[in-house]
This record gives sequence, C-alpha cells and structure tokens, in this order.
Amino acid sequence: MKILVGVKRVLDYNVKARVKADKSGIELANVKMSMNPFDEIAVEEALRLVEAGHAEEVIAVSIGSSQSQETIRTALAMGADRGILIETDEQLQPLAIAKLFKHLVEKEQPGLVVLGKQAIDDDSNQTGQMLSALTGMAQATFASKVEFEGDSLKVTREVDTGLESIKVQMPAIVTTDLRLNEPRYAKLPNIMKAKKKPLEIIPVADTGVDVSSKLSVVEVNEPPNREAGIIVSSVAELVEKLRNDAKVI
Amino acid sequence: MSYSAPVKDIAFVLNNVIGLANLAKLDGYEDATPDLVEAILDESARFTEDVLAPLNWSGDQQGSKWQDGEVSTPDGWKAAYSQFVESGWGSLSFPTDFGGQGLPLTVAAAVQEMWHSANMAFGLCPLLTQGAVDAIEHHASEEQKQFFLPKMVEGSWTGTMNLTEPQAGSDLAAVRTKAEPSGDHYLIKGQKIYITYGEHDLTENIIHMVLARLPDAPEGVKGISLFIVPKFLINDDGSLGQRNDLTCVSIEHKLGIHASPTCVMSYGDNAGAVGYLLGEANHGLAYMFTMMNQARHAVGVEGYGIAERAYQKAVAYARDRKQGKTLLGKSPDDQGIINHPDVRRILMTMRSTIEAMRGLGLECAAAFDQAKRHQDEQVREKMRRRGELLTPLVKGWSTEMGVELCSLGVQVHGGMGFIEETGAAQFLRDARITPIYEGTTAIQANDLIGRKTARDGGKGMGELLDDMRSVLDELKQSDHLDFKAISKRLEPAIASAENATQWLLGQNDATLPSATSVEFLMMQGRLAGGWMMARSALAALKLKQEDGSDDAYLDAKIMLARYYSERMLPLVESAEVIITEGAESTIALDAAQL
Repeated sequence: MKILVGVKRVLDYNVKARVKADKSGIELANVKMSMNPFDEIAVEEALRLVEAGHAEEVIAVSIGSSQSQETIRTALAMGADRGILIETDEQLQPLAIAKLFKHLVEKEQPGLVVLGKQAIDDDSNQTGQMLSALTGMAQATFASKVEFEGDSLKVTREVDTGLESIKVQMPAIVTTDLRLNEPRYAKLPNIMKAKKKPLEIIPVADTGVDVSSKLSVVEVNEPPNREAGIIVSSVAELVEKLRNDAKVI
Repeated sequence: MSYSAPVKDIAFVLNNVIGLANLAKLDGYEDATPDLVEAILDESARFTEDVLAPLNWSGDQQGSKWQDGEVSTPDGWKAAYSQFVESGWGSLSFPTDFGGQGLPLTVAAAVQEMWHSANMAFGLCPLLTQGAVDAIEHHASEEQKQFFLPKMVEGSWTGTMNLTEPQAGSDLAAVRTKAEPSGDHYLIKGQKIYITYGEHDLTENIIHMVLARLPDAPEGVKGISLFIVPKFLINDDGSLGQRNDLTCVSIEHKLGIHASPTCVMSYGDNAGAVGYLLGEANHGLAYMFTMMNQARHAVGVEGYGIAERAYQKAVAYARDRKQGKTLLGKSPDDQGIINHPDVRRILMTMRSTIEAMRGLGLECAAAFDQAKRHQDEQVREKMRRRGELLTPLVKGWSTEMGVELCSLGVQVHGGMGFIEETGAAQFLRDARITPIYEGTTAIQANDLIGRKTARDGGKGMGELLDDMRSVLDELKQSDHLDFKAISKRLEPAIASAENATQWLLGQNDATLPSATSVEFLMMQGRLAGGWMMARSALAALKLKQEDGSDDAYLDAKIMLARYYSERMLPLVESAEVIITEGAESTIALDAAQL
C-alpha cells in the first residue's frame, strides 16, 4: 500500500507573522520557512505505518513554488521514499489543492492519504474534507490515534466534546491533530540520502486541473492589540461593564 | 526557547564569506552543497534546541556523580546521548570507510558550535571522541582501525585523551606512566588526572588514549609513546570481553562544566592495564598533536559557542528589563534597558566579537579542508600553513574572549546576573575552563610565536597579512561611509601586526617575546577577527545588490563590522606598543620581589 502525505511550506512557527505594508498578505520575503507542523505529524504517522508493516511506500507531496522542494526534502530526510512537487507560483486555495491531490490520487492509487488538519498559515482546515468529497474516499479528520483493523481503520478523533472513535473503510483520508504523535528528528545519514531520493516536479499546467480561484483576498490585518485589563470592585460593576462596555450580555 | 541556533548567521558565513560552494568542488566533498548543508544546519538546530539545551541547567545543578568507581551522568543525559548517536551527529566529518559521513571539517565546526551553545558539558564528550578517532585514523595499524573505529565513529564507544599527571601538566616531558611489553600488547601502570569523560554511563565501552613510557625510553618528550587502552577488552569477534585493569578513582569538583565528569584514572592497580601501542614507540607526542590540533580548534569553537548562548540570554533580558528612562527608546512602551547606550555597547561587543570568532573558526576549518583535499599541492601546503597558524588564534583568542563576553553577559543582568538561578552565571563558569584545557592561552601564545611564526621566518604570518591587505584594497574601492570607517582602522592595525611580527623575528632569544606573547596572540586574533568582519561586510554589500535582498539583515552585518573595526581594532594598535615596549618591565623584578 502507498501512502500519500501532504507537506506544505509555511512561515516557521517560531517567526512572528507581520502583515505586508499593502495589506495584501503576510510578509514572506527573507523570513524562515519550514514544514507545516501538522504535516510533520502526518509524515511521522505514515512512516510509523510503514515501520509497522501496514504500508510499503510513503510519497511526500507539496504544491507550491520551486522552494517547496526543500520541504519535500525534509520529509525525505525523515524517511519518505519519494517526493512529488506540483509547481506553481500562485497562492492556491484549498479547493484547488484538493483537486490537485485528487489528480495525484488517481495517478498513484494510494491506500491512504495523510494530511495535516490545517496549515498554520491560513488555518483553513478544508483540504482533507474537500478531497474526501471529490474522491469519495472516507475521511477521518483531527486524528489523535490511528489503528488498523483488518481492511479498515479505527481512528480516534479530537472533537469539541472529547474523543470520538470511528471506523473508516480504506482507501481513506486521515487529517492529523497535534497529539497523534511526536515527529522524529531526521538522522544525518538520512539527510544526506534524501538528496538522492527521486523528486518529480510537475508544472501545475500539466495536470489539466482548473485551479482558478473563486475567492479573492480583500485585505489582511493584524489582530487588534489587546487592551489593558481593569479590576472591578463588585459583581454588579462587572455585570454593568459586560452589558454596557463589552456589550456581550 | 532557551537557545535558538543562529542558522542564518552560520549559513551566511559559510555561503558568502568562506565560500562553501568552493569546498564542495573538492574531491570527496561533493556532498557539501549549500542546500544540503542548510538542511543539516536546520536539523542540527532542532536537535540542539530541543534535546541538548533543556539539559544544560539541570545538568549543571545535578552534576555527574561518582560512586565506587562508577560515574553516573545527570538525569536525561543517557537518553540524549543515545539520540545523538542514533541521529548520527558524532560521525559528521569522519571518514566514510568507517561509517562516517565524510563531510568537511568546516561543516562539522558549524554543527559543533550548536552543541556547545546548547550544552557545552555534553558537547565535550563527542569532542574528545573526535580527538581519539583522529589519532587512530592517522596513526594506527589497519587492524587497530578496523577494531576500534567503526564503534567510535558511530559514537557507541567514546574516546578520551590521557595526558596529564599530577607532576606533568603543560610539561609532558615529566610523564611517568609506564608501559611494559607483554606479548602482543603492553601493560600500563600509572595515574592520570583531568580525564574528561574518563568514566561514565553513556556507552558500553570507553577507549582511552594514554601517554606512557616504555622501559628503555629516552628522557623527556622524545620518550613518550601513545597507547590505546579500552575500558573493556575486545574479543576477536568484536564482542566485549573482560574489564581492563583501570579504574576511575574519583571525579573533580569544579568551577563549571559540572555535568562533564573530570576523572582521576588509575591504570594497572593489579597486573597492569592492557594497552596497544599506537604507531611507533617514542612518537607519542607527535601523535598526540594530531589529537590536540583538532581538539584545540574544537575548544576555540566552544569559546564562541558559549558566548553566543550568553549573548542570546543577555539580549532577551535587555529587551524585557526596564530601568529608568532610556536615551534610545522611541516611546514609553519601548524602555527596555536595551535602549541605554551602554547596554548597546555591551551587546554590540558581544555580537560583533562572536561573529568575528565564528568567521575565524570556520575559516581555519576551511583551511584544513583545503589542505586535505585541494588538487594543487602548493595550495594544500599553503592552506596547511594557514590552518596551523590560525589554530592557536582560534583556541587562544576565542576562549579568552569567550570568558570576557560571558562576563559581559552577566553584567547585562545586573544583580540578577550574579544569582545562579538566572542562568547567566553558568555560562561564565563553564566558559572559564576553555582558556585552560587543551593547552592554556600561554601555551597557544608560545605555539604562535615559536612553531607558527619564528620557525618559518614569518612566512605563514606574511601570507596572512598579505591576504588582509587584499581585503583592505577591496574595502577602499567603496565610497560607502561604513567601509571607509572600516578601512581607516584596518589599515593601521595590519601595519601594527606587521611591526610586532618584525620585532618578534628580530629578537635573539625567547625571553622578551615570551613576556608579551599572549599580547601578540590576542593582537593577531583580534586582527584576524577584523579581517573576517571586513569580508563579512563586503559579502553583505554584494548581496545587497541582488533583487529582494534582506537589507535590514545585511545592513546590520555591515554595521557590526564597522563597530568591530572602530572599537576592537584600535586595541591591535595599542598591542604593538605593549609588545615592543612592555616586555622588559614585565620580567624586571626578581621573583623574590613579587
């Protein structure tokens, strides 16, 4: 069985995001970029499934600029077998990404697609669900535990009310939550080997997929600065402030 | 995060100042392309930040413990060391024949800086193993190499260097440990002190490299041989055999590096410890220098590695701490002590000196890589001379400055810096050993004035100063004000270094030069640092011309070089006066008058 894993190149989680002066988006020039942390978890889970004998091959997929090759190499250094980059300089939206993944699913016929539940840059949390709808594959989102039970998967999901266990038929799509696993450190010999592993680059135009966007970004703004708090002297004053100043009750 | 590896700064030096791409053109270093090296630096950053750095303070507080000949390392060290071995970090520059990755020393030095910033007491263990591997790789028989190297390269056995005895510190001529021939091996008897990681619980075996004398050996340093003495003997099939006749008698209580066990080792309390002669008898001192040269460079890397950690802590505190209205703060919310000009002075001194030391450390490693792999024999020869000349500067100057900068790091914290819980003091305590071990600063200075300058009649030094003059010419081609400021100070500094070198070469005996040799070492180190900073500024200027360049970052590189030139290079000029005029008074009093 093959596992397809999505790896997105995003602003490093340690970097404080700054909005561009023209409010068109986040400043990405000359800042550290790295693999979306949820995707690292996805790679780790796929590798563990291979190590446990449930799968044979892990294919790391990224969709983005030529620099996304670095992100794929990171996945290869962790242990993925090969990489595919669908190259585009456009900032694609989740629907286009899902359609491109569908294209790869048809081509590669994976038994499992593992994606991060969301990317830390746009926090969309849509690609896995959309891919499921487009392909008809079963979906198990926000996974915190994945177990094989014959031909199906038992997935523990982190939902608002607690943990939910579901059983899905393969082929399936799993999106990872933070507590699914702790990603490994790449070993030095594997970092060196990663350079020699196959990495296929497909121009987005060659996929024949319509990636045009139905949405446009009007403006990106910093969240407002939090104002200093005050200490109220009584419950009555608190209620009064909640009602009249904050207007929340 | 307690430590954030300066990957961007390290990559800047490697790619733009040292020219990593050129190293990757040498036979055998083809893998060391900038993209691969950046992937290595990124992963090394993750490992050192997440695994090694969190154990630094707890390791210091707990320390290694001795009981009945066994040494236990602090909590978490064993797991961290296993992870270190599993990730292959120890094998980076070792030969591929024995399981290493065969990468350039320059890349190894870049990675090792992170070990020492994150946790110097931990980083010492692989540092010593590296020295032992180098000695075995260069001088052992093929059979010995096959026997010991694979496990040591992997890191599953560590190595030690056993030189010092109570009466034989800097003067190894006084070594008394004996080696009696016994069949195909020798029996070693004697006591060694200050043996770093001489005993520990991190690995199944420890390979000691021990200096000792054969029964018929000549007096002095010409009668010293080097032996491989494993803690556990090794069976022919490679499995571990019986425990060798050696014990760790005690460990030292020290000012710093508490987690690194500094052992008193006793060899041959019973029949004698089994040891295997390395190379030829009575050549031990020369072999030891193979270990030492590498180790000296590595200790220089510790010097700036620990200073980098101290800087990161200081700058974070200075942003956060508010005291008084600052002269540089732009608003009432912007009143961290970082906005007091004198705190800027401290932080700029730390930052610029660290960058100068890092540049020089990597330049020296690159010289050794070129010496090893360059196609042209003349270049190899010149680069060997360069590497050997720079080694005492990297070791002596970077460790002396490391201590000074860690002390400045304490100063930024004010009274809090003097309180142990703050953590700034640990860096100063840990740094303090670096100008002492692997040859004190005075030993480095003697090496510099004797073996590295006087012996070749100043040839290597002349070549270095010539290279500095070429950089000066490049600086002068720019009308940029900052570059004018840099060359204004670099030019007289080079002249002063030239004058001091000529004065040194003109002395008939070593007495006066020895009295100011440390000044000479510090002068040459400071100047070489200034040369690296000037090159850093030139590289930044060039990058600024590219589209989408990171101007704020590159402008900072140029300003750091200017600060360094204006505030550190004048010390090179004053050093000339000290060296040429200050020697006589240094030694004029009788010892009884002191």
